[in-house]
Amino acid sequence: MAVITPAEPQRKRLAEVTPANLRRRYLRDRMMVGILVLATLAVLIPLLIIVWYVVSNGFQAVLEPTFWTSDLGSPARALRGTDTGLGHTILGTLVVDGIALLIAVPIGIGAGIMLSEYPDHPLNPSLRILNDTLNGMPAILKGLLAFALIVKPMGTFSGLSGGVALAFVMLPIVARATEGVLRIIPWSIREAGLALGLPRWRVVLNTVLPAAKVGVVTGVLIAFARAAGEAAPLLFTAFGNNFFSSTPLRYVFGPVDTLPARLYSLAISPYREWHAMGWGAGVVLLMFVIVTFVVSRIATRQRHQADM
Amino acid sequence: MERTTTRQPTPATPRPTDAGQDEARASVAADAKARLITEDISVHYGSTLGVCDVSLTFRDKTVTALIGPSGCGKTTFLRSLNRMHDLTRGVKVSGKAVLDGTDIYASGVDPVTIRRRIGMVFQKPTPFPTMSIYDNVVAGLKLVGIRNRALLDEVAERSLRQAALWDEVKDRLKAPAAGISGGQQQRLSIARALAVEADVLLMDEPTSSLDPQSTMRIEELIHQLKDDVTIIIVTHNMQQAARVSDYTAFFYEGNLIEVSDTNTMFTNPREKRTNDYITGRFG
Repeated sequence: MAVITPAEPQRKRLAEVTPANLRRRYLRDRMMVGILVLATLAVLIPLLIIVWYVVSNGFQAVLEPTFWTSDLGSPARALRGTDTGLGHTILGTLVVDGIALLIAVPIGIGAGIMLSEYPDHPLNPSLRILNDTLNGMPAILKGLLAFALIVKPMGTFSGLSGGVALAFVMLPIVARATEGVLRIIPWSIREAGLALGLPRWRVVLNTVLPAAKVGVVTGVLIAFARAAGEAAPLLFTAFGNNFFSSTPLRYVFGPVDTLPARLYSLAISPYREWHAMGWGAGVVLLMFVIVTFVVSRIATRQRHQADM
Repeated sequence: MERTTTRQPTPATPRPTDAGQDEARASVAADAKARLITEDISVHYGSTLGVCDVSLTFRDKTVTALIGPSGCGKTTFLRSLNRMHDLTRGVKVSGKAVLDGTDIYASGVDPVTIRRRIGMVFQKPTPFPTMSIYDNVVAGLKLVGIRNRALLDEVAERSLRQAALWDEVKDRLKAPAAGISGGQQQRLSIARALAVEADVLLMDEPTSSLDPQSTMRIEELIHQLKDDVTIIIVTHNMQQAARVSDYTAFFYEGNLIEVSDTNTMFTNPREKRTNDYITGRFG
């Protein structure tokens, strides 16, 4: 071991603290915080502009009670000032997004479990490639796929086909998010479960997945938000509809209206009244996503603090 | 993700003479009947030999301590005793581990059944983070479909009492398991392993992440548990091995160097390497 002798007292310490460089260090620290604040603002400001712009243009339309209770009908209704609204569009969106979630959540979580928990399974590599391909595929092609799979054989546009198309949008996102959160759950939890003599699937379902619940829900929400805003896959699946459907079943098996697709058709219409309703559709879509986020956050709030 | 929790072992050196090991085994042959017998257990990590031909006999209702320097293969060996290596890629176990007459590595033997009889307690406490204390204890039963409330209650109380935790948690069984102290969590992990009525309990440095107070409680617990189960404990702490165990096995570089009753081991070891290790000359 080296012995420090008084022979070299002049040796300068590395990174000596002097009042001057201490001040410099604090200054640099404050600069970094400043940059981070700026970066945060750069993200928040465009978001706020969008929200403000949509709401300020659309709030008048959504304040009209008939906006929620009536269907759209022909442009004549809006021009004459009789009852018109997007009630049927909101219903249709709930149905289509609901179908999409019903399909994509279980399959997506299942695929995520497969990707994370069974890396040696022979199907795993092809699942990964398929999942990534699906994720990168343009949304309109997913609409085409749903068209070929559902619309053609059924002979009609339908809420079901729209839901399937949106499920294709959600699936890879849910799968990847699930895989990601399962992977950060400590391996020790799995070993603890296995050491109790629990079968593998039990361990995953009852110990690993609950521990990852918050992350999985976040993944589902991100997927939902992505899909809820998609218009392209719905163009030739859900197709659109100007009226309430005659029976509840026809929301599933008949053509239905959806907010993103309706927003587009209202916006490109030649009527100022419809433009205003288009902004209203934007407000509803925004609320729809926000409400879903808040509700699912509250529903999955951890009662048992996951403290690992 | 890194899935291997065991240390990468150093390459093995030639094993000591077979005669030495047989002699060692003979010295363990005491009054109790054998519960678990290993025959030439070897563990390979890819092409690296981590544990080399270990033959040991674990007698019913005794405590055996596995000691040795870091990387000597004692944890790797311990994990081979309830087929914990099955899920680690690239790890191959050969040899036999015979539990009450059945080789746990024989074809057709289900690792799940084996693990219900050979429980394990890990270095760090591993309560299931989303479950309550109660649910943690009965997890091994509830998750295989046992729903009888009265039975579960009974098992929970018995296991928690056995693990000397009952008095501390009986009023908050529904509280999250993540909220109790590290020492309590470790006793909870032990209770959970006891709840499935394991005959053998493998303990992998169960006190290494605990404070002295909790360590003492776990050691007392090991003494009490000996009445019911066979315990195999890996420890870095030689005082601990001396305090809790009936038999001690010394591992070095993947080989079993020496095994004898703990008293002999610490007072009159046969091998020079054992002596060097227990007197603190290396490791």
